[in-house]
Formats: sequence, C-alpha cells, structure tokens
Amino acid sequence: MIDQLVHLLGYDFAQNALAAGLVVGIVCGVVSRFVVMRNMAFAVHALSELGFTGSAGAILVGASPVVGLMAGTTITALFIGALGVRVRERDSVVGIAMAFGLGLGVLFLSLYPRYATQAFSILFGSITGVSRGDVALLVGIGVVTLIALAAVYRPLTFATVDPEVAEARGVPVRELAIAFLLIMAAAVAEAIQVVGVLLILTLLITPGATAERLTVSPARATIYSVAIALVSVQGGILLALATNLPVSVYVTSLSFAGYLLARWIVGPIAVGRASRRAAEGAS
Amino acid sequence: MADPAVRFDAATLEYHGRRIWSDMSLAFEAGSFVAILGPNGSGKTSLLRAILGLIALRSGEVEVLGHAPRRGDPGIGYVPQHQSLDPDLPLRGRDLVRLGVDGHRWGIGWPSAASRRRVDTAIREVAAGPFADAPIGRLSGGEQQRLRIAQALVGDPSLLLCDEPLASLDLRHQQEITDLIGGWQAGGKRTVLFVTHDVNPVLALVDQVLFVVNGRWAMGTPDEVLTSERMTALYGSHVDVLRVHGRILVVGESSGSGFEMEEPHHLPVVPDDEDRRTLRVTP
Repeated sequence: MIDQLVHLLGYDFAQNALAAGLVVGIVCGVVSRFVVMRNMAFAVHALSELGFTGSAGAILVGASPVVGLMAGTTITALFIGALGVRVRERDSVVGIAMAFGLGLGVLFLSLYPRYATQAFSILFGSITGVSRGDVALLVGIGVVTLIALAAVYRPLTFATVDPEVAEARGVPVRELAIAFLLIMAAAVAEAIQVVGVLLILTLLITPGATAERLTVSPARATIYSVAIALVSVQGGILLALATNLPVSVYVTSLSFAGYLLARWIVGPIAVGRASRRAAEGAS
Repeated sequence: MADPAVRFDAATLEYHGRRIWSDMSLAFEAGSFVAILGPNGSGKTSLLRAILGLIALRSGEVEVLGHAPRRGDPGIGYVPQHQSLDPDLPLRGRDLVRLGVDGHRWGIGWPSAASRRRVDTAIREVAAGPFADAPIGRLSGGEQQRLRIAQALVGDPSLLLCDEPLASLDLRHQQEITDLIGGWQAGGKRTVLFVTHDVNPVLALVDQVLFVVNGRWAMGTPDEVLTSERMTALYGSHVDVLRVHGRILVVGESSGSGFEMEEPHHLPVVPDDEDRRTLRVTP
C-alpha cells in the first residue's frame, strides 16, 4: 500500500492532484465558513447541480468540462443574486433554478449517449483524472478566488454576522451578497473536481460547521475550517492513491469523522470552557 | 448658535411609494440629546436611515455634521435594537466591537496592537470586560447592548444614532444602557438621536423631543411637546398626557388599554413589560 503510494507520487497526475487539492482545500475552507454562517447550504447544492448541467453541455459541444462547470455555476449564482434578494425568496428562487437546470442536464445527457463515464466522474469527482490543462485552470481559478476572498473577507464578515450595523457603517451589504455568490460559484466548481456534484457539501458545509464547534473566535474558526478542508482533501487524495478507491470516498469519510469528533469530544470541551467564562463574567 | 449636528430643510421622504413626511424643516443642535417618538410606521427609523445616507430624500435637503449625508460616515455611531443572536454563533463581544473599528474596510483585517488597544478601551468604558470573550449569543440582552454601545463608540463618533436600543430589556438594564449613553454624551459636544417608543427611561437626559405621527410632527422640550394640547393636535383625536411620579404617560381614547399610546398596536410581548406597566402606575 505504502509502496504503491510512493510509486504513484512520482507521477505527474498525482502531483497535479495534490497541487489542485491544496488550492481547493484553502478556498473551500474559507468559503464554507460563510456558507454555514449565511445558511446557504441549499444554494451550494443548486450551484453544484447546475455545474453538472454546465459541464454536460460543454462535453456535448466538445468544450472543456471545467469551463462548462464554471459557466453553469456562475450563471446560476447571477440568477440567484438577481432574483433572490430577500432570504425568504432565496430558497424558492434556488429551487426553481435548480429544477429547470437539472432538466437541461437530462437533455444534454440524452443527446450524448456515450456520456456514462464522464457523467460518473462529474457526479462523484475525479481529481486524479483531470487533464494537466484543467489542473492549471483549477489552480488559476482557485488563486483568483482566494484573492477575491481576501479583498472582501472583513466587510463580508461584518455583513454576515451583523448586517444592520454593517449597512449603517456603509458596508455594501447587497453587493457583497452577490460577490459572495460568485465566489461560491468558483468554489463549487473547484470542489466538484475533487468530490463531485453529489458530495459537494462535504467540502462546503462540513469544514465550516466543524470549525464552529471548536472555537468562538471567528479568526480561529476560519483557520480551523481551512485546516479541516485541507486534511480532508489531501488525506483523501493520498488514501485514494494508496488503495485504488475513489477520492471522494475518503474525503467524505475524513470530513465526517472530523465533525463527529468535534461535536462529541473536542467541541463540548472548548465551548463549555467559553460558556463558563460567560457565566462567570455575568455573575 | 453653533452649526446643528443634523438639519432637515423642506425634506420629503417616501418609502416604497408611501409618503412618510413632507416638507419637514428642523435642526438637531450639536451637543443635544433628542428623543424621537411616535407610533410604529411613523418614519422614525427612516429618519435615521436618511441621516445615515441609506435612503435619499424625495425632495428637500438634509445636512449631517456639516455636509450631505454619506454612507459609512465615520462621524456617526449606530446602536440597533437588541436582536437575539444565535447562541452558537462563533463571535465574541470583542469581535463585534472590533468590527466597529474597521469592519467596513476592505481586506482581511489582520489583528494589530493599535486596534486591540482601541477595542480594549471601548470594552472597558462600557464595563464589558468580564464577558467580552464569551460567545456573544449566550450573553443577556443587557450585556449584548453594552457591547453594541462599545461597537458604536469605538470609532469615536460625534453623533450617535440609537434605534430602540432599550427594547426588550428589563428596567435595570434599560437604566444601565441609558446611563452609558448619557455618560458618553456628557463628555463633549456629542449629539444623541434616540428613537424610542417610551421616553421615560431617558427623560432625565432629554433636551428635545421630536414626536412624529402620520406625517405630522412636533419638536421642542418635553414640557413643550408632551402636553395634552400638542398631542391631541398631532394625533387628531383626544389625547391626555399624564405625569405620574416623574413619568410621562401618553393616553389616548383610541388606545384600548390606555397604555403606551405611542405604540398602541405593537406592545412588545416580553416579561419585563409587566414590570414596566406596574412601575408606571405605582410608586
């Protein structure tokens, strides 16, 4: 097993996968913090499924599936951003977009009969199978996304945890919501490469939700979330190389195990300590 | 007379196509404490939003701190109504105050010694030190509002806008928050605009009262404005203003309970409401 891993690590495809995994892990770790705080799990799911439609369409016309993915998630993000202004509307708009988009996906699938293998890899991930050009594209999109995230990180945090005061202080709350949808679109397209359309939440919900169980400091929570996403992705790739099972099997298992650990063992200790401090402070 | 902190000149405001008030001309003097009273929907919050530059006047002019209102004016601090925050939100009081320092700026916002000092000072000034490091969602309403005031004051504003900061607080905490705001205001030429449905908790501090009802308004000292004649003229129906043990009750015939005319249809259903009611009629 170890021999096989060491042997495979000498190959380009394995190194490419780890390089892409590094960027994807960091992006997903930060984005999932905001996805959890802003309650956007459903939107993530829709972006992901319409990414599938986008890549199915791209394959149909002979274009790169990664480009199709990006197009699918970005168009969906803009649609949700344009129509789903209020929280109450948002879920309906997401559902409406998702239903229609998946219908399109079915159409593309039926127009391209020899689609089965590629469809499988988009649905369940194939980071070790993507071409060199696509890996470069993934890393490029990831770096741009990270720069965008760094630029909006502070006002986005303000707008997320304290929207009313943020608006009063001049933070463009509505514009940031749309910017975040676009960042999410890129993160989803990235994560799909690793875990696939159907397992997307393992990288865009689990790390952020786990981190919230471990600390009450927002900065530390973001660092933990990135660490959890990175361990899941890189660990998943390494384990997959060693055992010939799909990467997504390990990524989902690792992130799930991390959550359970945080929820039942580490988290109660950390949060209990903080709450005791609160109780002592108040008395 | 010095330049007023805020001046409206023939101002007309509409909200979602509904005229809130028209042709309003008034000035809030620098260094004064102004209570803004009136029933729900009379445009108290809209008045604050116009000052914050979040909504534009339909016609007329408003001048804030000597210039046209602009979003994110650093000369303005803002304290919102108390809302309950998720107890699991990974955010400490310290982080909320920090957002008041530079949360509106772009970038990541790395911690710095200078900002930490400012946050510490602001926390000390509202005596929130003992609970500033606990998860904010687990603090009491009074503790959260203390931190909100630190957040508003940490930027060293000269104009403080408060939108029902005492709502859903019990009497003791109402008094504490009022004392904090009064103490800050006494420290220099600082102006407070205080939207409230009950003038009594701040009566000792109030220089001027602005009472808004159905597009009509009256402004002056509490003794000038809170009289049966003025209130009857404003509401257009018979209203009695009673003074009981240093408290002011506005009682109208349209108000079934004869209690809290200012907000006849929206009595907050909170436990401390019972206390307030009792305290108003007994010594």
